[in-house]
Amino acid sequence: MLPTFTDEQRLLKESLERFRQQDYSFEKRKGLLAKLGSKDDPVWAQFAELGWLAATLPEDYGGLGGSHADLALLMEQFGRGLVTSPFVPTVVIGATAVRLAGSEAQKAAILPGIAEGRTKLALAYLEAPGQLDPSIVATRVRSDGDHFIITGNKIAALYANVADHLLVSARMFGQLGDHQGISLFIIPANAKGLAIGAYRTHDDGWAADLHFDQVHVPAEALVGSAGSALDTVEASLDAGAAAICAEAVGAMWCLHDMTLDYIKVRKQFGATIGSFQAIQHRMVNMYMKCQLAQSMALAGIAALDSSDPVVRRRAVSAAKVQVGRAARHVGEEAVQLHGGIAMTDEYAAGHYFKRLTMIRLMFGDEEYHLRRYCALSR
Amino acid sequence: MKIFQREDSLEVRHRFETAEMRAFRAEVRTFVRDHLPEEIRRKVAQERMDLPREDQQRWHKILRAKGWACPGWPKEYGGPGFSDDQRYVFERELALGDAPRPMIYGEGMLGPTVMAYGTEAQKERILPGILEGDVFWCQGFSEPNAGSDLASLQCKAERVGDQYVLNGSKMWTSEGHIADWMFGLFRTDNTGRKQDGITFLMLDLKSPGITVRPILLFEGTHEVNQVFFDNVRVPLENGLGDEHKGWAIAKYLLSLERFGTAEVSRSLASLARLKSFVRDQDPFRHALEQKDAIERRVAELEMELDALEITEVRFLFKQDGANEVGPEASMLKVRGTEIQQDIFELAMVCAGGYALGARRDESGADAAATQRGQDSAYPYFNFRKTAIYAGSNEIQRNIIAKAVLGL
Repeated sequence: MLPTFTDEQRLLKESLERFRQQDYSFEKRKGLLAKLGSKDDPVWAQFAELGWLAATLPEDYGGLGGSHADLALLMEQFGRGLVTSPFVPTVVIGATAVRLAGSEAQKAAILPGIAEGRTKLALAYLEAPGQLDPSIVATRVRSDGDHFIITGNKIAALYANVADHLLVSARMFGQLGDHQGISLFIIPANAKGLAIGAYRTHDDGWAADLHFDQVHVPAEALVGSAGSALDTVEASLDAGAAAICAEAVGAMWCLHDMTLDYIKVRKQFGATIGSFQAIQHRMVNMYMKCQLAQSMALAGIAALDSSDPVVRRRAVSAAKVQVGRAARHVGEEAVQLHGGIAMTDEYAAGHYFKRLTMIRLMFGDEEYHLRRYCALSR
Repeated sequence: MKIFQREDSLEVRHRFETAEMRAFRAEVRTFVRDHLPEEIRRKVAQERMDLPREDQQRWHKILRAKGWACPGWPKEYGGPGFSDDQRYVFERELALGDAPRPMIYGEGMLGPTVMAYGTEAQKERILPGILEGDVFWCQGFSEPNAGSDLASLQCKAERVGDQYVLNGSKMWTSEGHIADWMFGLFRTDNTGRKQDGITFLMLDLKSPGITVRPILLFEGTHEVNQVFFDNVRVPLENGLGDEHKGWAIAKYLLSLERFGTAEVSRSLASLARLKSFVRDQDPFRHALEQKDAIERRVAELEMELDALEITEVRFLFKQDGANEVGPEASMLKVRGTEIQQDIFELAMVCAGGYALGARRDESGADAAATQRGQDSAYPYFNFRKTAIYAGSNEIQRNIIAKAVLGL
């Protein structure tokens, strides 16, 4: 995936490949999913031990000071291995929000814990179904003396049920959809008045709907300045979107390879189905989608370093649209070209397809990002 | 807001952003702006590929005077000796400045092939005419019954004494009507494999026995021809490489076109024109909801072109320094032509009623006609050819299936 590798990146890649082949094979994965997100999740412990949780975090806070290229590498390999974990909500989205807007005290309290595997984060920003825009915030917050009180509902907060701390957007002033007036808080997951309704997602991950009933939080829980958190939320979500685009590329290449191997051995009418031109051209179309998606994912992640938020948003949206469309194409075609076997639970292809489909829906679908891109182009 | 501490370059296009490359880009841009004749620029902005010989020649000689003619040629043959990066940027700037495409048959195809396979005498005889823009070449590959299956070609070259005698015809000969010479593939032996027994010949189109019959395309342009050979005599020394071994030379020649098969630069220019057309048009031409739909399609094309551009750079400039493109480059041609066709389809639709009239200003004098979108259906029709020629997109998919995927 990367155009060039440093020595460290080569080592990182090797450790990721070893992990997914030895410790996270499709057969082992099934058993590991039962412990996903629990306190004794062996996968998360291994992530910490291998330094993956620290890889992209700043050195001042227990991280290894990595770059967006390290993130791309991690995500691509997670995609290839169908590695399911709270990595993106914690290390990418959560840590990004804390780094961009958090106080020194918040950074010191949260980031080293992430790097060591002690702390997991989740971002609760979505509210009404169908509204993917992070400025649609109806959850209210008001100050009451030296603390704040949050009331409202959030939906589909990824891994909120296994997180130690939640990042929550809440409206301090203004109307639904106003860009000003949104504040971000970091609160313990066991805060009084917070109800967490967890469920599994189609890709075997976790999500939760949250109900905030007069949740009292101290003033120190505010992340960044009051009423102007939207930029932080968007930047964090962009990091998450770019990361899962890279993950999708890994998953798509894996499906591509599986399908290619399959059509080379599956025989019908006395010949391998891969010898039929109708199949070959569809396979080539999958190949082209993978290549183009890879290009866009690289550009999307690279743009996270841009100091111009418009450049970043455009590149991430362009990546999310293209990668999302490619993910649909490659996922559906992989199932179709395999035939019946890909419909079964015991075969991996369908599970990759499910993960790719979840990626399409996360952090803004193709429609949302196409609209955002158009608005930025005006 | 910076999200990472250390910077790595995942953005492959950064290679064109060094101080040196920026300066070079500015120099080319300024030169094109100051030296490209306006009437030629307008014709190119109409997306025309059928530029008259005198326009092509005039522009070529302007570049030649600057030392920039034949941008892919090394210095020893009179080219500018550009690096691959410079060449990429150079062709980008020419496209964005609406300058004509480089003359593909002579400078793009035959020249480098003669450099690789020609005798010293052939190099001396052939290359200067191309470099100076005085001799125009066309390509005689396809035949009525040899299109995608090129190796089945049957146009015959019989050896009689110190000459070949040619009989048969060549089809879809682009610029055959404005060319001075033709290079092509001819059947010298029919006994073995169809790829064997093909000889690469070069011939003067003024030779007796040659008839060039125009083939008009359905939208009215004259770009291609059928060329008939009736006992045409070609001296033996006009053969390139060994007799019967022309297929390998043809494969080499076709592999040269790694720069530009995706036409990313041309499509960027076309898309920029489309965007300014959409932006500047009469505000009452489209209903608001239609504007919205157009805006979305423009955005989609822009993203798709972005993906293609990055992919092209990834393929052309391998990080290990080996700038060799493998068979995966076939996808650049497939996607490049698909995107280009979509751009012109959208441009036509955006022009609305103006697109109905078949009234292109051939002289390039009436800039307002293009601004109104009056000629916008021409490229839509004309560019259907791009998915068919130079190895149809189906053939390109076959190549990827076989050579990349091992099917």
